[in-house]
Amino acid sequence: MNVAAPVTPTVEARNFSFWYGKKQALYDITLTMPPRSITALIGPSGCGKSTFLRSINRMNDTIPGARHEGSILLRERDVYARDMDVVHLRHRVGMVFQRWNPFPKSIYDNVAYGPRINSGLRGRELDEVVERSLRRAALWEEVKDRLRQSALSLSGGQQQRLCIARALANQPEVLLLDEPASALDPGSTQKIEQLLSELKSELAIVIVTHNLQQAGRVSDYTAFFYLGRLVECDDTARLFTTPREQQTEAYITGRFG
Amino acid sequence: MILAGVAPGDRVYQLAITAFALVVPALLVLIAIAIGVAAWPAFATAGLSFITSSEWNVQAGKFGAAPAIYGTLVSSFIALLLATPLAVGVAIFLSEIAPKWLRQPVAFLVDLLAAIPSVVYGLWGIFFLVPMLREHVVPFLRDTLHLGSTPLFSGPAYGPSMLAAGVILAIMALPYISAVTREVLLAVPRSQRDAALALGATKWEMIWDAVIPYARSGIIGGIILGLGRALGETMAVTMVIGNRPEISASLLAPGYTMASLIANEFTEATSDLHLSALMAVGAVLFTITLIVNAIARWLVWRVASGPRS
Repeated sequence: MNVAAPVTPTVEARNFSFWYGKKQALYDITLTMPPRSITALIGPSGCGKSTFLRSINRMNDTIPGARHEGSILLRERDVYARDMDVVHLRHRVGMVFQRWNPFPKSIYDNVAYGPRINSGLRGRELDEVVERSLRRAALWEEVKDRLRQSALSLSGGQQQRLCIARALANQPEVLLLDEPASALDPGSTQKIEQLLSELKSELAIVIVTHNLQQAGRVSDYTAFFYLGRLVECDDTARLFTTPREQQTEAYITGRFG
Repeated sequence: MILAGVAPGDRVYQLAITAFALVVPALLVLIAIAIGVAAWPAFATAGLSFITSSEWNVQAGKFGAAPAIYGTLVSSFIALLLATPLAVGVAIFLSEIAPKWLRQPVAFLVDLLAAIPSVVYGLWGIFFLVPMLREHVVPFLRDTLHLGSTPLFSGPAYGPSMLAAGVILAIMALPYISAVTREVLLAVPRSQRDAALALGATKWEMIWDAVIPYARSGIIGGIILGLGRALGETMAVTMVIGNRPEISASLLAPGYTMASLIANEFTEATSDLHLSALMAVGAVLFTITLIVNAIARWLVWRVASGPRS
C-alpha cells in the first residue's frame, strides 16, 4: 500500500492509532510522506484525515483524553518519543489551519513571531527572514509597503497566505495544511495552489482537502481515509484513474462522501 | 407608529413593557437632576475651591472637598495596583492552567469575595488588617525594604490609614476584575491559541503573546469595573481610613474619601448649605463613577465586537 519512496520519507506513520477518550479516531495507519512532494489526505468528513494531520505536530496533545499507539516518525525520529521536545517539533513542522488565524498584530509581527520566540532573531536578520518568508508565500509584493499595518486589514486570501508565510518563517521541514482554501474564493484558492506547487521544491507538504479536484491538481500522492482507516495511498494520477479499492473508486466518482 | 396593526392585548402589553423599560433610565436622570439641584447652592458658594481647597469648616461655611476627592482617588488607585496583578493572575490560572476539577470551586470562592457585606470587611479591617499592617507590614516596609525615608511611607503609623483602605478595597475589587478577566480569556478563540502553539510557542508564550493581547481591552474593562467598585465603596473604607480631612503624602497617615465624608456627616447636616455641600460631594463622586463606567462599557464593547477585519 505504500508509495515506493526513493529516499528517506520526511514523515512516516507506522501502525498509528488514535483515540479521543474512548472513541477511536484512527486505526493502524501506516503511511509515508516523501520530501519535496505534496501528499493530499482526502476522505469524507469525520474520516480522521484532520486528526491524522494534527497528530504529526502533536496539536492533539492539548485535547484531554487523547492517546495514541504506534508511531509517527519525522526524519526517522518518533515525534512521540519521550525525549522529543514538542515545542521544537512544532518549530520544525509548520501548520496552516482551515480558518486563517493571524494574530491581531501587524503583518510584520505576525511573520516575525516564530523566529522571535524560537531563535531570538531581531533587527536586520529578522527583517530578512520576514521578507524571505513573505516572498515565498507570494505575498511580499502586495504588502511590502504596509508591513506595519494590522494583519486584519488584509483580505481573507491574503490573510491565509500570511499564515503560510508565518509558518515558513520558522524554516520548517514539513508544512501541514488543514483545508487551507476551503473558505476562499476561486481566485485566492488558485493562488494558494500555485504557491504550494512552488514550495514543494523545498519541503514536504501534507494537505488535507475536501476538494478532490484540488487534490488532483496539486498533489503528487493521495491518501484516502475512510472511517478512521487508510483505505489506499498511491501516486495521485494512479489513484484517481485506477484505484485499487472499491471504496476509493466510489468516493472519487462521487457516489458517497 | 410601531403599534399600528397590533392586537389590543399586544398593544397594552407593549405599552406597559415600554413604560417599565423607560422608568429605569428615567430614574437615573431624575437622581442626577435631584443631586445637581440640591448641590447647586454649595457649588455656587464655594466655586472652584470646592474641589481645590482642603478647608472643610461647616460653621465658617467653607467647603473644600479636596482631601476627600484625593482620598477617593488614591485609595482606589492603591486598590487597583494591588488587585490587578492578583486578579489577572487568578483568572489566568483558572482559565488556562488549573486542572478542570479545580476551576469551578476556586472560581466560586473568588466570586464569593464579592458577596461578603462591606461592613464585615470593615470589621475584619479594624480587628485584623489594621493591627497586622501596623505590627508586621509597616516594620517590614521600613526596616527591611528601607522605604521609611520615602514620603510615601514616612510619618507616624497609628493604624487607620490610606494604605489600610487601599488594601481592603483591593480585596473587594478583586472578584470583579478576576471574573471579567476570566470570561474574556475564555472567549479568546481556540484558533488564536492554535496559531501560537503551532508556531512552537510554549504554553506561557501562548498565554502572553496570543491570549492576553487578544483579551487586553476586555481585561482593562474589568479593571475599570473594579475601579468603579472601589470608588463608591463606603462602609469598609470609612471604618479603616481614619476619616481625617487632610491631604498627606504618606500612605500610612489617615485620610478621607468622598463616600465616607457623606456617610459621616449626613446625620449631623442641619443647615441647608451643609446638606447641599454633601450633595455636591455626591455629585462629584457620581460624575467620576459615571465616567469610569462609561469607559469600562466602551472597552468591553470593543472586545466583544472583536478586532475589526
